[in-house]
Amino acid sequence: MTKGARPEIAAPPEIFYNEEEARKYTTNSRMMAIQAQLTERALELLALPDDGRRKLLLDLGCGSGLSGEALTEQGHCWVGMDISEAMLDVAREREVEGDLCLHDLGDGLPFRTGSFDGAISISAVQWLCNADRQGADPRRRMRRFFETLYSCLTRGGRAVLQIYPANSTQAEMLTSAAMRAGFSGGLVVDFPHSTRAKKYFLVLMVGGSAAMPAPKGMSGEDSDEDAGTVAVAGRQQSKRRRVGSAAAGFSNRHPEAKGKGWILKKKEQARHKGYVGIPSDTKYTGRKRKTRF
Amino acid sequence: MKLLTHNMLSCHIKGVQNGFPFKIDPVKVQEVDADYDPDFLRHIFPRLEWKALCEAAATMGAPGLPEEVTEEMLQDDEFLRSFHHALLELVLEEGALICPETGRQFPVHKGVPNLLLNEDEN
Repeated sequence: MTKGARPEIAAPPEIFYNEEEARKYTTNSRMMAIQAQLTERALELLALPDDGRRKLLLDLGCGSGLSGEALTEQGHCWVGMDISEAMLDVAREREVEGDLCLHDLGDGLPFRTGSFDGAISISAVQWLCNADRQGADPRRRMRRFFETLYSCLTRGGRAVLQIYPANSTQAEMLTSAAMRAGFSGGLVVDFPHSTRAKKYFLVLMVGGSAAMPAPKGMSGEDSDEDAGTVAVAGRQQSKRRRVGSAAAGFSNRHPEAKGKGWILKKKEQARHKGYVGIPSDTKYTGRKRKTRF
Repeated sequence: MKLLTHNMLSCHIKGVQNGFPFKIDPVKVQEVDADYDPDFLRHIFPRLEWKALCEAAATMGAPGLPEEVTEEMLQDDEFLRSFHHALLELVLEEGALICPETGRQFPVHKGVPNLLLNEDEN
């Protein structure tokens, strides 16, 4: 594990997700696409009854509200919680539909019994495995979290938590904490054979014993749309940089990344995002040098 | 924060037995538009504590909800509209939530309640 690859070891969440980090969630289109994709898959695993009715859902670690927007699109009502004020500020700027609360998941969820039809969480719960403060006991925080989550869901409700466990011990620790709280279900691993597309979903059920949903990409094929795992920018950067320098500046992930068209597209995107100092397009843009030497 | 959320919230300070409902200390209340969906109202009604909703709506400046609700009323459009207004269209922008048992205040700023606990409370 290279330094900086996991934000969880850098700083506690309320400090790591500062204004600068939060801003990425509105400007970085790749990050937004991945968040939307993860939310869609989480909703699929949530398997809400298809009766066309609006449901009341919980979004744990809602951050800037990207996952909440996907819930709104599906017509559901939601309440989001996050520990980072900067991220909630961004969510408010985006005028998300759901209600927001500033809250630490490790303190347990402050809700009455049977309040919600379901809960989702995108890339948040692994933060519970860390002891960021003196006296913080991850096991106790996890236990409180899962126990209160269990009680605030209705019978037959589900919680789908997408996590980035640092290692198999963490995944095991989270799963067993959930089972001890009374949940049935377990871990669904999408694309288990791929290092980069691999995704962990903790699918938890209250009561009932529905069959576990099948993971995606079992046969070993990569997800062709996007193999990215970056929900937090920087998670893969060091790796990418290494690959980039090895290939003498040309990215082998983008075979089209050489032509004039691609350069013009990128410059247009940058202007659209409001960056200044983008060189103007001329007849020299993207032109090859002569092989004079 | 909408009253729907308020109706679900319960104080989670360690050792509190009866953390529901939070008392509301409104400083600024806003009215927003929300999609009217009678099906959702009927779906959510059994989960609500009606008395708490009535009291909360009254403190937020929208009294007039009936004390008792019968099955027929859930089919009545006029009642459902006022129910919808109280539940989803009243937003507490600034103010505080007060735990009924300990009296601890949780400030609400720009519509977001700060529910973080101090170290001796969790």
